[in-house]
Amino acid sequence: MNKNLVIVGGGPAGLACAISAYDEGERDILILEREPELGGILNQCIHNGFGLHTFKEELTGPEYAYRYVKGVEERGIEYKTEATVIDVNAQKQVTYVSKRDGLVTIDAKAVVLCCGCRERPRGAINIAGMRGSGIFSAGTAQKLVNVEGLSVGKNVVILGSGDIGLIMARRMTFEGANVKAVVELMPYSSGLNRNIVQCLNDFDIPLLFSHTVVQVHGKGRLCGVTIAQVDENLRPKMDTAKYIECDTLLLSVGLLPENELAKNAGVVLSSVTGGGIVDDSMMTSQEGIFVCGNVLHVHDLVDFVSQESALAGQRAVQYIRNGAPNCEKITIETKNGIRYCVPSILKKDGDFTSALSFKMRVSNVFKKVTLTVFADGVVVLAKKRPIVTPGEMENVTFTPKQIEQLKTASSIQVSLEGVEK
Amino acid sequence: MKELICISCPMGCHLQVEGESVENIVVSGNGCVRGIIYAKNEITAPKRMVCGTVKINGATQPVVSVKTKEPIPKEKIFDCLAELNNTTIEAPVSVGDVAIVNVCNTGVDVVVTKGLSKR
Repeated sequence: MNKNLVIVGGGPAGLACAISAYDEGERDILILEREPELGGILNQCIHNGFGLHTFKEELTGPEYAYRYVKGVEERGIEYKTEATVIDVNAQKQVTYVSKRDGLVTIDAKAVVLCCGCRERPRGAINIAGMRGSGIFSAGTAQKLVNVEGLSVGKNVVILGSGDIGLIMARRMTFEGANVKAVVELMPYSSGLNRNIVQCLNDFDIPLLFSHTVVQVHGKGRLCGVTIAQVDENLRPKMDTAKYIECDTLLLSVGLLPENELAKNAGVVLSSVTGGGIVDDSMMTSQEGIFVCGNVLHVHDLVDFVSQESALAGQRAVQYIRNGAPNCEKITIETKNGIRYCVPSILKKDGDFTSALSFKMRVSNVFKKVTLTVFADGVVVLAKKRPIVTPGEMENVTFTPKQIEQLKTASSIQVSLEGVEK
Repeated sequence: MKELICISCPMGCHLQVEGESVENIVVSGNGCVRGIIYAKNEITAPKRMVCGTVKINGATQPVVSVKTKEPIPKEKIFDCLAELNNTTIEAPVSVGDVAIVNVCNTGVDVVVTKGLSKR
């Protein structure tokens, strides 16, 4: 089978990508989704807070997904559900399996990977103790409670104060459970402020910074966890160890882009984000293979996933039409507290008719700093920020004049200026 | 002075609020007008959206997600949840269908947030 554009994943990234590709004029599009329905992780995120940027109103996850699913259906874009992609190669051949079609290989002109991310599991954080039941990743618990209508536990400790952990603290409280504490290894939360306020403070759930779970107890079912403070090197101080009785431990200890397919295709990945290294058109090191959404870097807002994916869809269609411009590329360097920047490569002859923006994360909490972009050592853009935190993505958008400055430079640097040591 | 974190949007502005009644509240630290509205409500009559699930018969899954159409008074959250817990609706449902009219006398309806067809 031949297809112009194959989109792997029918979550928020895949849906926005498909709609934008269609609106750019492409008609030969196929979305492959492994779940029985489109919408991805949004289907289990039943809380509100989605879409404020895109729709200027606060939607729940399923409602946000519904708007995009409707957009796909109205345009008659082809999609397959319960179709799992098992391989993508450098020749842009996409192989999927499904009960309906069996094993199918598609020759695509462009592939967009919209595979999202997965949760870091227990095994990745090495907690000592028994292997009793009652230990869930927060997202698994979320699906069990919100979609399957099951109860996962009564007395709960949550490790990690990322957004899913915070949201689940409230959700478990709503379901009648007693959330005894949210335990956070770092001295700050990687979740959004608003979630700390409305998920923890509203219900007097303690948030313990610089603490971690050092041991889990209980054969059969979890009966408690031992927590301890950590020192500045994040090592537990065992003299502070404290036992908390609980039957459930939820882990919200980070998300990792799901890049098994990208690796098969030979896409070069970033050691910082775990996602592909992309240029300003969201194209990876493999020509014709694009990535966007949480498979590229983990976002804090779905609105930004949709924006980024719409750009990827548009650029993929332009690539199908015109091929990749054969031009000089500039690597975007990051320093002084900037952990990473997406894109990390700028094409000198790139198409910048729609706005160019850089998305970044910082490595720590900094106050009164200036996000600064330099071209050959000259300041192109400086954005003052009263506070930046690792939990909230930073974003700068360039004017056409600034884009000219960047394109003609031989080096580009992104830096946090005014950081006190 | 009271310190609040605005939850109107993901910016999470740190607000400094002076005064205790609607007339004499002075807000600083807000990035936009919603911060002032939030601080006034939060000091005088805090409200929250409640999102949860209700049981559904005859659909492809046993529960369906719902929300209060508007924020309801904070002190009514758990009464509202108790009512969700006692509610069962029938498939099919569409986004926006009313699951509970005037939940806990708040004047606010609970609506379905996900369409589910009949099994």
